[in-house]
Amino acid sequence: MIKDLFSKRRKYASMPAEREQPKTMNEGVMTKCPKCKTIVYTKELMKHANVCMHCGHHMPMTPSERIDLILDTDSFRELNPHMVSADPLEFPEYKEKLEKDQKKTGHKEAVVTGEGTIGGTPVVLGVMDPAFRMGSMGSVVGEKITRAIERALDLHAPFILFSASGGARMQEGILSLMQMAKTSAALKKMDEAGLLFVSVMTHPTTGGVSASFASLGDYNFAEPEALIGFAGRRIIEQTIRQELPEDFQTAEFLLKHGQLDKVLHRQDMKNVLSAIVQMHT
Amino acid sequence: MENHLPFEKPIMELRNKIDELKSFTDEKDIDLSGEIEKLEQRLEQLEAEVYNNLKPWQRVQIARHPERPTTLDYIDSLFEQFIELHGDRLFGDDEAIVGGIAFFEGSPVTVIGHQRGRDTKENVRRNFGMPHPEGYRKALRLMKQAEKFNRPVICFVDTKGAYPGKAAEERGQSEAIARNLMEMAGLKVPVISVVIGEGGSGGGLALGVANHVHMFENSWYSTISPEGASSILWKDASYAREAAEAMRITAGDLKEFGVIDEIVKEPRGGAHHDPKEQMAILRKTLQQSLKDLLVLTPNELIESRYEKFKQMGTFEESDF
Ligand SMILES: [Zn+2]
Repeated sequence: MIKDLFSKRRKYASMPAEREQPKTMNEGVMTKCPKCKTIVYTKELMKHANVCMHCGHHMPMTPSERIDLILDTDSFRELNPHMVSADPLEFPEYKEKLEKDQKKTGHKEAVVTGEGTIGGTPVVLGVMDPAFRMGSMGSVVGEKITRAIERALDLHAPFILFSASGGARMQEGILSLMQMAKTSAALKKMDEAGLLFVSVMTHPTTGGVSASFASLGDYNFAEPEALIGFAGRRIIEQTIRQELPEDFQTAEFLLKHGQLDKVLHRQDMKNVLSAIVQMHT
Repeated sequence: MENHLPFEKPIMELRNKIDELKSFTDEKDIDLSGEIEKLEQRLEQLEAEVYNNLKPWQRVQIARHPERPTTLDYIDSLFEQFIELHGDRLFGDDEAIVGGIAFFEGSPVTVIGHQRGRDTKENVRRNFGMPHPEGYRKALRLMKQAEKFNRPVICFVDTKGAYPGKAAEERGQSEAIARNLMEMAGLKVPVISVVIGEGGSGGGLALGVANHVHMFENSWYSTISPEGASSILWKDASYAREAAEAMRITAGDLKEFGVIDEIVKEPRGGAHHDPKEQMAILRKTLQQSLKDLLVLTPNELIESRYEKFKQMGTFEESDF
């Protein structure tokens, strides 16, 4: 049976199923919602934090859009923006893929971290970018998050993290796995120091990221319909040989099973976060 | 040995031939000792050739050998008066992880490990050593208990990974693993983890945030199983052998990366070739680790554990 299970592992990865991306049309002037297919003005959509005005579907945000949405205007100062991955396994095509995503996203790795304020209160913030190597966690992601936590410890400030990740980054082998331990150990220090950590899981938060810092918030929130889980849906279906419910591993599913504090609509995000920060200062 | 691995076939064939000649000598009263001696020399050469140059995939096969000693085998041999403790107090008792209290060399310790089955029936009961959240939560309960009573924690890692199932997700597989990583980092007592067979991803790491992490010579420890890596890399699970090499999952690799402390030697051909010898080797490793760790204060234990994991990773920092 177990042999079966593993030999059946073909043609799929531990990565989450790719969700359809919003399509831009007319040279970016219009955007089509991948869920309800309504075509809207891109500018209007951006005013609504990339949430479809018709069906409420939460479309991806870049880290800078997220930072603008959450922090006080111009308060953000980035930490360790120039840290780049080494290639410890000399993995075929890894460096090329990194360079490609660096060009595509305009930052060096799958997480942006920094300091800023929310309603005038200093916080440390991290935002993962699923557009960079599917937000996978290698040494740089682990190190930057750990340093952000250490910065929060120095400042006695809350730490807020928006996660979005397919899991550990295979190309860095065991060192990726160890980032789970490193980041979680740093969070233990925050916990001991009585400091606040808020985890906001966005689409998708899976594998090694969901099984480390993303699940360790004093408050664990998620955006509507975000995919959150440990194992990939197809792996589970092939293991247990039964179909899974439509809403399996969505934020709403986790809420129902007692695994989340709250599903937070993006348009309430800043208000709720700033209220929480105020309640802890 | 009945259960020899494919790459051991030439050794087995030669060994059988020697046995045949020996019984022939006994039956027919013909002296073949010269011939036998030559073959025995050849066997020695062949064994050295094969076993001293094991490839990563061969080590994976040894790590999965059905006769390889499991957590409970080590507990039976190395610990006295083991009392198994069950359940997470929340949902149930996951038999894919065993744990309890015992004496090691006269001192009380808490011992916890993944437990695969030693036959099909036991494998079904133990879910092939692939835990659900309640397994990890039981482990954490026992670790916290060890902390309360100020005794060291010894963990044995041996799992293909945490179980990928519906119920596991519903009950918070991610949270259970994450919680263990965080809480293990803060334990005020010495923690030793030994990868005795398979160190499958987060499911293995959830018993692995230790002051000392040791790894058996023929075990593997990785972000993803060789089969899983093969699926991603080549869209086909059947290149596990190649993936095992590319992913750098052996004890030697992990030592080089600074992820483990000691490589625990195995008898030639693997632990199952001489379990007794293996027990003796592991006993020494545990003795030394405990000796090194018991002199540290709780704060030193936590800080050195933190620093150990903090230095793991490779990256470059530039100013532009
Ligand atoms: Zn829509």
